[in-house]
Amino acid sequence: MLDLTTPLSTFDDARRASEICNACRYCESYCPVFPEMFSHRSFSDADLGHIANLCHNCKGCWHACQYAPPHEFGLNLPATLSRLRVESYAEHAWPKGAGRLFERNGAFVSLVTVVVFALVMIGSMLLVDSATMTGVHTGPGAFYAVIPHNTMVLLGGLSFGWAILAMVIGVIRYWRTSGTARPTLAAVRAALGDAATTRHLSGGGGGCNDLDETYSQGRRHAHSATMWGFLLCFASTSIGTLMHYALGWDAPYSWYSAPVVLGTVGGFGLMAGTAGLFAIKVRTDRAPEAQGLWGMDTGFLGLLFFTAATGLALLFWRHTSGMGWLLAVHLAVVLALFVTLPYGKFVHGLYRLAALVRYHTDRMANGKG
Amino acid sequence: MTDLGPFDVLVAGGGNAALCAAIEAAEKGRSVLVCEAAPKGFRGGNSRHVRNHRAAHDAPTDVLTGAYTVDEYMDDLMRVTGGKTNEALARMCISESAHIARWMADRGVRFQNALGGTLSLGRTNPFFLGGGKALLNALYHHAQKKGVKVLYDTEILSLDIEDGFFTAARVRSQGFERTVRARTLVAASGGFQANLAWLEDAWGPAARNFTVRGTQFAKGTLLRALLDQGAERVAEADQCHAIALDARAPKADAGIVSRIDSVPFSIMVNKKAERFYDEGEDFWPKRYAIWGRLIAAQEDQIAWSILDAKALPLFMPSLWPPIEAQTIEGLASATGLDPARLTRTVADYNAACQPGPFDTTAHDGCRTVGLSPDKTNWARPIDEPPFYAFPMVPGITFTYMGVTVDEGARVQMNDGRPTANIWAAGEIMAGNILGQGYLAGIGITIGSVFGRRAGIGAATHARN
Repeated sequence: MLDLTTPLSTFDDARRASEICNACRYCESYCPVFPEMFSHRSFSDADLGHIANLCHNCKGCWHACQYAPPHEFGLNLPATLSRLRVESYAEHAWPKGAGRLFERNGAFVSLVTVVVFALVMIGSMLLVDSATMTGVHTGPGAFYAVIPHNTMVLLGGLSFGWAILAMVIGVIRYWRTSGTARPTLAAVRAALGDAATTRHLSGGGGGCNDLDETYSQGRRHAHSATMWGFLLCFASTSIGTLMHYALGWDAPYSWYSAPVVLGTVGGFGLMAGTAGLFAIKVRTDRAPEAQGLWGMDTGFLGLLFFTAATGLALLFWRHTSGMGWLLAVHLAVVLALFVTLPYGKFVHGLYRLAALVRYHTDRMANGKG
Repeated sequence: MTDLGPFDVLVAGGGNAALCAAIEAAEKGRSVLVCEAAPKGFRGGNSRHVRNHRAAHDAPTDVLTGAYTVDEYMDDLMRVTGGKTNEALARMCISESAHIARWMADRGVRFQNALGGTLSLGRTNPFFLGGGKALLNALYHHAQKKGVKVLYDTEILSLDIEDGFFTAARVRSQGFERTVRARTLVAASGGFQANLAWLEDAWGPAARNFTVRGTQFAKGTLLRALLDQGAERVAEADQCHAIALDARAPKADAGIVSRIDSVPFSIMVNKKAERFYDEGEDFWPKRYAIWGRLIAAQEDQIAWSILDAKALPLFMPSLWPPIEAQTIEGLASATGLDPARLTRTVADYNAACQPGPFDTTAHDGCRTVGLSPDKTNWARPIDEPPFYAFPMVPGITFTYMGVTVDEGARVQMNDGRPTANIWAAGEIMAGNILGQGYLAGIGITIGSVFGRRAGIGAATHARN
């Protein structure tokens, strides 16, 4: 595998790469990274951070690169931009010191998961008597008979609220460094359109280099399943919350209720998508991959997969005596996901969306939309 | 070492022309061995560095705008070559050029949209998405899917030819010499531009100052073997596609990033700080290919492009930053030019510039009067500091001297008869079309058209 350790800083490395790309331009039709690069004659650190966040890591430019190793320039744009992206998450993270959590992110995510899991298990054993934990509960409020509603809301609300706050602050910080023009509605719409269709995971049309120099839509489809699965699960939870507080209906809900339908479809999507992304990650040519990011990527995929898997298990066996422990396990995984959300791979979606809004804003402002 | 083969078709070379031939033969069910002199990471010869090909078409296509008729294309070719072309072959090649994009697309090659490019070639040249290496990846993938065998690090050293009939080749493959037997040979191994000794035969010591823009593996070994065995030569040894490029670039394989597009917005001076050619003769895409030879004719094969602050944003950014100074004298000492002479040259030029509406998109007629030579377009005084200089040297893309072929890409012998079973495609026979000069993108067109014909010819012969 390629040794990417370099005495240069990642910014220096990215600047050198961008200058070579800017003199070559053969990749101009792959994705927004290149039009953005080619609109500069020199590259500030902020410019480079913005370019890095526009990169979808499709690796088309690596396989097309006449300056990739063994050429003496040794260009590896996907790897360089991957490293820079993570440095940019760290730089803009809130609170300030938390940026270090991106450094050995796989270890951080694993540790948090283990600790949260242990705490929830121990808490369940100490605070819930075993008859309740292993009893069969049905009807409205069944879940809350095992773990009180207020406990769930407190844990979920605190962790998720913190995550939202930290991520919003981080993205706003990034937005401010990435440019000056104010975002327009049209730019936001264009960026959301890009994100919804994962247009830039299509390699400029006929697919990306998921595994090797051949083209495929596999990563795009797996990513779509993951993203939409996540959003459906999120919608399921939101509707469930509304039903609880606005209508006074207590979970569990029936098979045909909106939260269960959305959660089931979303859960299967998440499982299929994350499994697909993981399979691609395992089999792909590692040369254009940045070293040291494996833990971050797979840690997040694993948490998403187990969130969906435990959620579905809870759904299918909620009327059995296993429900109590399934609920505890699901809660633990969700809690670990929430706690690590602002300091893990999840933020890539927000930064990339912001980068696309910035990209479209600047292009439209310059009449190049 | 045991002999390899027999194969139906032995393809020498691993670039676009070689793969077009290999694919055509393999699609007709022939067994094909491709011998590529480079290791896999450098495979594909100069095709690794290409970006587009030039194609005739009568109406807009999905990859081209407007129309570019065979006649217009032919006129362009006649102009750049000064008529030094085999007109029948050239017309055939240009007519066939219309089908290349479709043929490639059917084999997995992807193109940019017609309007996507930054260069103003959307009417004449379809651009490969991602460039030449992406083109090669697709062609290699398709060829191997069709059963073509590829040996990297394998150069053809010599040929067994008797009475125009090829029987076997001696190759050096991954360090060891061995024999490859085959029923037919397709020679698609490029020119001899990376063979400095050979270039020196043609150019004299000046060749030592040439930079090789593309592959380091085009040594002309097979071309020499064919000529030694009596194949008929075409084009002169000193004819080639050469451009002006940054003197600070690596001596080989720097590809596109080493070119400098400043010429029409600057003055070009030689080692004596004197101008030597009209920098504004025509649009840069129509003139970039003459500056390699122009600089090659100057002392020590070096020139400097001199410009000022207002000219710098008018062309693509260079990879190596320009030499910069606040005064012309300062620029002279930074470049090693004589300050008094450079100052006089710039002053004379500035005084000779006529006022007029400067327009980079047209022949604006902003010119000098009374200089020898005059600059006839885009001439503005060089008077806004900082001043900049780019050192420029001749960069050779490929040589034209090669073997003569017929319309079926079959190699001709000195006695005027065709060889029995040897075909040629790409740079090794480009001199049939290009006696001199160059037309952007025609290299890949020649390789594709003659590569396919060579593959079909060899496949048909191998069956009989």
